[in-house]
Amino acid sequence: MNDFQMTMLLHHGYIMYARLWLIPLVPFVGFLVNGLFGRHLPKWLVTTVALLAPLASFCAVLCDSNSLLYPCVETFGQWINISALHIDFSFVLDQLSLVMLLVVTGVGFLIHVYSVGYMGDDKGYARYFSYLNLFLFFMTVLVLAGNALVMFIGWEGVGLASYLLIGFWFQKKSAADAGKKAFIVNRIGDFGFLIGMFLLVANFGTLTFTEIATKLGQDPGWNGGVVTVIALCLMLGAAGKSAQLPLYIWLPDAMEGPTPVSALIHAATMVTAGVYMVARTHVLFDHSPFALSVVAIIGAATAIFAATIALVQNDIKRVLAYSTISQLGYMFLGCGVAAYSAAIFHLMTHAFFKALLFMAAGSVIHAIGGEQDLRKMGGLRKKLPVTFWTMTAAVLAIAGLFPFAGFFSKDAILYAAFLQGTNGKILWFVGVLTALLTSFYMFRLWYLTFLGESRSPEIHPHESPWSMRGPLIILALLSIGGGWIGMERFGSFLAPSVGARVVEGGAVPYLPFTISWEFFLSVIAVLVALEGWLIADKLYRRKPARPAQYAAALPGGYKLLANKYYVDELYGAVVVKPLLGFSKFVLEWVVDFVILGGAAWLLGGIATFTGAILQRWQSGNLRSYAAWLAAGAAALLLFLLVPWATVLANLSAIHLGMAGH
Amino acid sequence: MSSLFAQEVPLSWYLLLSAALFSLGVVGFLIKRNLITIFMSIELMLNGVNLSFVTFAQQWHAVKGQIFVFFVMMVAAAEAAVGLAIIIAVFRARATLAVDRIDLMKL
Repeated sequence: MNDFQMTMLLHHGYIMYARLWLIPLVPFVGFLVNGLFGRHLPKWLVTTVALLAPLASFCAVLCDSNSLLYPCVETFGQWINISALHIDFSFVLDQLSLVMLLVVTGVGFLIHVYSVGYMGDDKGYARYFSYLNLFLFFMTVLVLAGNALVMFIGWEGVGLASYLLIGFWFQKKSAADAGKKAFIVNRIGDFGFLIGMFLLVANFGTLTFTEIATKLGQDPGWNGGVVTVIALCLMLGAAGKSAQLPLYIWLPDAMEGPTPVSALIHAATMVTAGVYMVARTHVLFDHSPFALSVVAIIGAATAIFAATIALVQNDIKRVLAYSTISQLGYMFLGCGVAAYSAAIFHLMTHAFFKALLFMAAGSVIHAIGGEQDLRKMGGLRKKLPVTFWTMTAAVLAIAGLFPFAGFFSKDAILYAAFLQGTNGKILWFVGVLTALLTSFYMFRLWYLTFLGESRSPEIHPHESPWSMRGPLIILALLSIGGGWIGMERFGSFLAPSVGARVVEGGAVPYLPFTISWEFFLSVIAVLVALEGWLIADKLYRRKPARPAQYAAALPGGYKLLANKYYVDELYGAVVVKPLLGFSKFVLEWVVDFVILGGAAWLLGGIATFTGAILQRWQSGNLRSYAAWLAAGAAALLLFLLVPWATVLANLSAIHLGMAGH
Repeated sequence: MSSLFAQEVPLSWYLLLSAALFSLGVVGFLIKRNLITIFMSIELMLNGVNLSFVTFAQQWHAVKGQIFVFFVMMVAAAEAAVGLAIIIAVFRARATLAVDRIDLMKL
């Protein structure tokens, strides 16, 4: 730190030259320009503005990553200042937010580029990009937030952007409904987040992450109890945003939005906000073993639950949606065993390969004219070579095969789970089983889409434009090489942010390195992934009649999976129907019609009735008006001039005197 | 003799006169039917008030009261101009000046 910075630090309490505010501001300007004037601007200008915004953000993050001491805190003034409670507008850049920002702005930029090709013919071109930029604005605010309240701004904001983009084609009823569903389901999670914040304020008197960590560290008495409640409330929020059981139902429907949106928001970045939040508030979870196990169990359960549904889906985007839920389950599993850096590592690699999967799927959909049904694809390998090879890289990565990105991160999570005692072994087993399923359904998708003979020979597919192919290739390279950073390096980089876990009996160093076990587990993971590939190969290449036979042999199980365990129907019957009935009969008829309507009618009636009587006063006769005026003036004079107090006193004296005798 | 003239008229006499004038105006306003007479009653009320203004101005040796009288006169003049114009207009339209028959403002 040089003298100048030192002076700034002393005078202002922060280093000014970091300019963290630039990172969210640029996309916001892009949003304003395209949102307000986009319709009147030429298309090339809209494109330029839309692309420059994430690029500039990305560059700003890169610059900051080189030149800063972590954590870098910037405060832009006070927000709430009530007695002991001080909440500032503050941004924090540390290792955790840096990784997250690089993913958000980097992958975000690639998806912006891809969108130029994908959305090129859409009428809402400028509107689309203004929403995308708005999303980046809120997401960067969420990531940079130095306290829970600023994070909540971003949290709600990305929810809004997600809603706008899911319902982008709002003329379609299913899209508008899906947007509403996402928004309402997220509300439940946000409710948990809010309660968690209130409890934080009540018990810690602060929402700043570092101060919470300090207070927790000072007093070893903070264990379980209220910390567990806070952590569970935050987990509810995270489950809503990150589509975990039981709030995952909005994510599959979110596929109604344009495919690049699915790639950016509903796979790579926004849905990982929950994981990020858990990692950000990890001190709370560290002090509550119960909350941690809840996180781990929800994660593992979601992972396998969503994976089983993905086995039989026929819509290419739906398969990917369920695989996203499943992979997010992995991340929560990682968080739940306190392997936060492993979870963030998986978050990063997942962002690469899942964005790629969606964009490749988008490229396929684009190429064959909007068809999303896997049963009508096939044989696209020759027609779409770039899409095919990039998607292959992504499939290998998500399946967790050796040199690809997914292998490293998934392996890190599974290994961390394995180290957690007996329950950890169960979690590990669930994780491995999920890996098998993942590998199977991803290769199923791959075979059905690209290999074999075309099942819709009347369609003539065409490879996508370069603006779409370019991002695919870059992301494919990242999917192949993104894991080579290695868990060791990644973990030690993140350690200052997410720390080493504090359990009873002192700190456990990050992942004790026992090479034999880790190697052994990795081999199992790879074998399992290969097994999944082999099964898919058998069922969908060598004996394509088999899947139908199996489905016919087990009609109950197949229907259960194809209908997604009837969860939507269950929620519909248990939550939505009663709520609708309540709204209809109690709120609409009783409250709205009888009480409110009745009250309004009564008030109106009183006014009419009084008016009918009083209107006789308005005789139109000048002299009667004047008489009232004079009478009023006389009354006023009487009131003012007569000494009423004395008069009354005399009167009462007389009265008392009479009573006395 | 001189002492008789030197003796001041008491304040209350002026005020009583002023109140009497004002009350005459009010009564005239209320009982007369002809618009012109009503109009004159208003002038009477204004001048009753004017009298009390100058009385107090004399009593307190303050010039404000007199200034107020000028204002009132000015307003009265303006009112006379506008009011008479209205009366003429009303007469032309209704061929009567009896206020009881000019009651179109009634609801």
